[in-house]
Amino acid sequence: MNGIPVLTLLTVLPVAGAMVALAAGKHARAVALVTTLAGLVLALMVWAQLPADGSIGLVERAAWAPSLGMEYHLGVDGLGALMLVLSAIVTLMSVDAAHHAHRQPNLYFCLVLLLEAGLFGSFTALNFFHWFLFWELSLIPAFFLIKLWGGPKRGPAATQFFVYTMAGSVALLLAFLAVFLSTGSMDFGQLTAMAQSGALEQAVNAHLGPVMMWLALGVLAGFAVKIPIMPFHTWLPAAYSEAPSPVTMLLTGAMSKMGVYGLLRIAVPLFGHQLAQIRTPLLTLAVVTVVMGAWAAAAQTDLKRVFAYSSVNHLGYCVLGIFALAVPATGAAVQASQAAALNGVILQMFNHGITAGALFWFIAMLQERSGGQRGIDDFGGLRKPAPVMAGLMGIVLFSSLGLPGLNGFVGEFLIFRGVFPLSWVAASVSILGLLVTAAVILTVIQKVFSGPVPDRWASFPDMHGGERLAIAPVIGLMLLLGLLPQVVVQNINPTVVNLLAHWRF
Amino acid sequence: MLAWTIYLSFAGALLQALLPKGKPALSRWLALLVAVVGLLLAGAGFAAGAGQGLKVIVDVPWVPSMGIHYVLAADGISLVLVLLTGLAAVAGVLFSWNIEERTNEFFAFYLALIGGVYGVFLSFDLFLLFVFYEIAIVPKYFLIAIWGSTRREYGAMKLALYSFVGSAMVLIGLLAAYTTSGSHSTGLVALAHAGLPVSFQMWVFPLVFTGFAILAGMWPFHTWAPTGHVAAPTAASMLLAGVVMKLGAYGCLRVAMVLFPHGMDPWGFAVLGIGSWRDVFAVLAVIGIVYGALVALVQTDFKFVIGYSSVSHMGFVLLGLMTLKQIGMTGAVLQMFSHGVLAGLLFAIVGRIVYERTHTRQLADLEGMHLSKRLPFAAWAFVIAGMAAMGLPGFSGFVAELQVLVGSWKADPWWTAAAGVGIVVGVAYTWRALQRAFFSDLPPSAHMHEHAHELGAITWPEIAGVSMLVAASLVVGLYPRILLDAIEPAVKTLLAGGGQ
Amino acid sequence: MNYADLFRVTLPETALEIAALVVLVADLGFLRKAALNVRASVAALLGIFGCAAALWTMPLQAAGGLVYPGTGEVLLMAGGSAAVAQIGILALTVLTLFLLMDAEFTQHVGEYVAVVLMAAAGGLLIAAAQDLLIIFIGLELLSLGLYILAAFAKRSANSAEAAIKYYLFGGMSAAFLLFGFSYLYGLSGSTNLAQIVAAEQGMHSGAMLTIALVMVAAGLGFKVAAVPFHLWAPDAYEGAPAPAAAFIASVSKVASFALLISVSVAALHIFHGTHGPWSLILAVLATASMVLGNLVALAQVSVRRLLAYSAIAHAGYILLALAYFSDSPTNPSVILYYIVTYGLTTIGAFGVVAVVERSAGSDRLDAFLGLHKRNPALAAILLVLFLSLAGIPPLVGFWAKFNLFAAVLGVAAGAAPFGLVALALAMSAVSLYYYLQVLKRAFVMPAVTETPIVASPLTLAVLMMIAALVVVFGCFPALLQNWIAGFYPSM
Repeated sequence: MNGIPVLTLLTVLPVAGAMVALAAGKHARAVALVTTLAGLVLALMVWAQLPADGSIGLVERAAWAPSLGMEYHLGVDGLGALMLVLSAIVTLMSVDAAHHAHRQPNLYFCLVLLLEAGLFGSFTALNFFHWFLFWELSLIPAFFLIKLWGGPKRGPAATQFFVYTMAGSVALLLAFLAVFLSTGSMDFGQLTAMAQSGALEQAVNAHLGPVMMWLALGVLAGFAVKIPIMPFHTWLPAAYSEAPSPVTMLLTGAMSKMGVYGLLRIAVPLFGHQLAQIRTPLLTLAVVTVVMGAWAAAAQTDLKRVFAYSSVNHLGYCVLGIFALAVPATGAAVQASQAAALNGVILQMFNHGITAGALFWFIAMLQERSGGQRGIDDFGGLRKPAPVMAGLMGIVLFSSLGLPGLNGFVGEFLIFRGVFPLSWVAASVSILGLLVTAAVILTVIQKVFSGPVPDRWASFPDMHGGERLAIAPVIGLMLLLGLLPQVVVQNINPTVVNLLAHWRF
Repeated sequence: MLAWTIYLSFAGALLQALLPKGKPALSRWLALLVAVVGLLLAGAGFAAGAGQGLKVIVDVPWVPSMGIHYVLAADGISLVLVLLTGLAAVAGVLFSWNIEERTNEFFAFYLALIGGVYGVFLSFDLFLLFVFYEIAIVPKYFLIAIWGSTRREYGAMKLALYSFVGSAMVLIGLLAAYTTSGSHSTGLVALAHAGLPVSFQMWVFPLVFTGFAILAGMWPFHTWAPTGHVAAPTAASMLLAGVVMKLGAYGCLRVAMVLFPHGMDPWGFAVLGIGSWRDVFAVLAVIGIVYGALVALVQTDFKFVIGYSSVSHMGFVLLGLMTLKQIGMTGAVLQMFSHGVLAGLLFAIVGRIVYERTHTRQLADLEGMHLSKRLPFAAWAFVIAGMAAMGLPGFSGFVAELQVLVGSWKADPWWTAAAGVGIVVGVAYTWRALQRAFFSDLPPSAHMHEHAHELGAITWPEIAGVSMLVAASLVVGLYPRILLDAIEPAVKTLLAGGGQ
Repeated sequence: MNYADLFRVTLPETALEIAALVVLVADLGFLRKAALNVRASVAALLGIFGCAAALWTMPLQAAGGLVYPGTGEVLLMAGGSAAVAQIGILALTVLTLFLLMDAEFTQHVGEYVAVVLMAAAGGLLIAAAQDLLIIFIGLELLSLGLYILAAFAKRSANSAEAAIKYYLFGGMSAAFLLFGFSYLYGLSGSTNLAQIVAAEQGMHSGAMLTIALVMVAAGLGFKVAAVPFHLWAPDAYEGAPAPAAAFIASVSKVASFALLISVSVAALHIFHGTHGPWSLILAVLATASMVLGNLVALAQVSVRRLLAYSAIAHAGYILLALAYFSDSPTNPSVILYYIVTYGLTTIGAFGVVAVVERSAGSDRLDAFLGLHKRNPALAAILLVLFLSLAGIPPLVGFWAKFNLFAAVLGVAAGAAPFGLVALALAMSAVSLYYYLQVLKRAFVMPAVTETPIVASPLTLAVLMMIAALVVVFGCFPALLQNWIAGFYPSM
């Protein structure tokens, strides 16, 4: 613990920024830019200060409401810190992307910053109550961002999004309430230790009877909706496509990671044993998510829906990797596979966030230039009038496809490397998803950028200097991670080892 | 120092009554001054007294022949509720800023009501408490009947009669307790230690508890609440839901449960799993939670939604009390505070900010008005209040309801399960009201053209009132210890059987 | 016993009688040409001086009262508990006289005041009497005065009707009472209450005694307007001139209940603590009065009739306390407390009604519309008085009720008294409804006309004083309680 409570600062910063933005009127975007930049700097500071052994660092604790087991308990390990950096980057990208004039910009950026606060808060919380507070906090701004600035069908989309997520939250809350009633603790660390020693299950059985599996399912339900895992995904296409693109960046780039993070921070540590018992059905769901997500993407004609489903597919890999972990570690080989898969999952979370964020950014640019069009068949041959855009977006698309040398590859490769020894069936079927995704993305590239240029796009404006400047760091990051993944892995790996050491399947 | 909250309010009421007519501004500022000083006193008293056990403020003989003393005292529970009263009082004045008709009379009744409420929360003599309790009833009648709206005379009369019947039940029980105890004292502490016979407690407890619970809106005696709330002028419905319903719950706790604890003992037999008065009231509370929420879900009048939601939220208070667990009862007291703030806020938005400008409370009419654009302040205030009311974490309602649920789980998991249903429905009706009233995408209705005129700008008292209440809910939600540190020791003392 | 003793014991009554004569002489002899309001003021002031003189003579009364030399039985009490009722009677008489000063219902103010003073003297006698004969004489003195007062507005048909009804019912009730008294005398051979107690104690005279008590209860029930002997009350309250009605509603009630206390003490001793059939009779009367009085009051549109039914209901509460009675000082004192404060409040209420009536020409509920605008002070007084009648704390009516019911429960524990007290409280919740009906018109409903209602400064001052007393006695209940308790040496 160092002198400055960086994590608290990180949480408070966007809230303060939100208030300033609300008051700033037309200058709200500038405020938001400054705030998110400062957030990124802080997040990188956190990343730099991580303990080398992969344990939880930068801990801040204070009593909150002891009778309810509430404690102000913050801390990050490599996983949390990486998610902080990701959230900071994606929010910055989103703010950057939302540069055209909005109605009520002050409210818009206020909500975006509140959403960022929700993300920061939930990635640093180590106490259920605290975590849940921010988990819910992020939901509200997201709802309104869709509801107020979305497309024509924004009303139902927002409501569906809200109801699904809320229902998942209720299941999650009830399950956690049961855990609290049995153990009297809401602290992730304590509960993880109890789960590892089996004390958690004993306590639950003693207080509530044999309901441990139900609790596991309740917690899973909450995360399954958020990620989403099929068949809990039905809110997603409407929400992603109706939301304004900068908001979709946030939804897919950062918010979906809250679900995966929750699996890693809560579901697996506390209910690993239960997950192991239902591993086959879970893996089936994960494979379905991967494959069906890809197929569904292939069937779409709306670019936003295409990438919405391809996001489902990409997050499916994360889920696959996590569920595949759930076997008792019986030897060094299994442990190595688990470590590989987990490393892959964490990298994939980060990479998907960056890539998906960038993709929707490009969609935003396309929409802006075409008067709101985003059908896959609405464009064509754009590489001629807009070569820079075609090139950069191509890089992003190839990253999404998982081309070696770009960031998307590393994560997926590690996941498959880990999953194959653990469950070769699931891995094999999932390969199908990889192939279909590749086909989808190549189709997009072909239909949008290749072929003859329709007359109306003959003077399609290319990216201007500001845009190029803004997107360049992102592209750079993709290349960096693709070529030198150890920049991240060196911090992630100790965390992975540390996490696995505390889990019991 | 706390005692001055009472005297000051009554003095303010008297002064208002004597003010010359036709000077509304003077009345308002005077009322605001009185309320603010009251709040400061309450806050200072809270800061000085929280967590220090029962502190007696005044104790002088009042009616020596009956052993009645004028005893004002405060423990953590009283302090929290006094603080709530202070907040609600200031907010109520702010949201009454637009009352032009008979302003001084309005504030005279208003401050008399506030004084009575302060008095109840600070009384530690049974009859003193009862006196203040009744003092609070009469001004309510006039506030609603004179300055109210929709069927105001009916609503006011219903409220007054329900309250009076409830207090008659209480008075019977108190007279019985006084004569049976033979201790020749009416002090709460003395009576709690009087060792009243168990068989006696068995029939007095339900009587007194029901008498108080009527005012707390316990199902099936809740019907006064929605009509009363709807009929009342904004400040009165804020106070009604915000603090007056708390009087009932407070009485249940401070009088019924403390003086007649054995009334909650098992009967020795059970019907349908109900084996004691405690079970009976817990089940009624749960029914209230679910019923209030379900009925709120189908209301067409915006204010009725809030009115029934109060029934539902007060169900949590009663359920928390009936858990007889430290955590559940702490939650109940916290819920009193939380609901007090939030109900006030919701009524202020619906009754004052929206209704005074649109002149309709029908959700169907509001749907076509696009209020989120025309009254963004109201819309966002309602979003925050609604989130808090539906129990999202970070607001006061979450901690309170969670504690109640945890406590009720320890008492009987079925209660928790049923109350959980109420929470889910609570999210639904809040969301429905929010969507329909503020964020509807319906095309402008024909009706709207009549109201196409510009809606008046938000005034400073509205902003101040909303900000104050939102801040209170947020502070308590984010840092519940500020109140819990006061409530927990007090509840512990009560539970320890030490009476007070 | 000699006449000097008699004189020393009846000093207050004598003072009142002298004052009555002085008023007559002054009014008829010296002021025949003066304006009515001057005559009214002079007459009322003289009457008030008379009352003050009576009060002043009270300490001069022979201690121990008027005693039979041979047996030592008390005929007339002096001081002690009787003094509470007597002081109450005198004080309330003063207040009703104040109300006369700007009344216009009669030209014959001298006679009016004289009759009031004589009736009050009758009341003083009743409050002190311990002998059936003196009781009866006192009652007749009071009643005759009341009949005349009820009829005093000679030009009003209502007033005449009220007086006739009152007179006929009164005559009948006097017959009942006398019938009962004769039985008591026949059974015990004495007219003295103490002697009767001594003779009947433990005798179990059975049916005859019960019949006697029923008759007495009927006679006294008429005086206090208990159901089913209440039929005269609404008409009398409605028809009589306001100051007379106030006098009937307050002073005569105090005297009658003082008498009931004396009879109840006797009955208590006859039946060894559990006062047997007497208790049962009173409980039945009490229940009927509480229920009927309150429920019928709900339907009234005339405020005076409303007050009459509310008076019936209040009589019911007091009868309940008499039904569960003990002769420890507490019970008589709380009953006197109740009836005196009730009388005070009622006089105030009639005062307000009189002012409104004079302006609106009617005492119907709608006459009170918009009172808060037409005369705010009067409206505020009405608020205080009616809420006190409804028993809302911290007004004096609450403490009166509270003490009364606490005393009932203190005497008897069990389902019956609890049930009856519960009924009484439930009924007082009902009563709030009709009191609010009046207040609603005064404060809530829109006014038909906004012309101010003018009350003479004196009337307003008196009414304000009454309201202030109601508040002060309510906030500091010990003041009056301690004062009353001072008359009971054993407390």
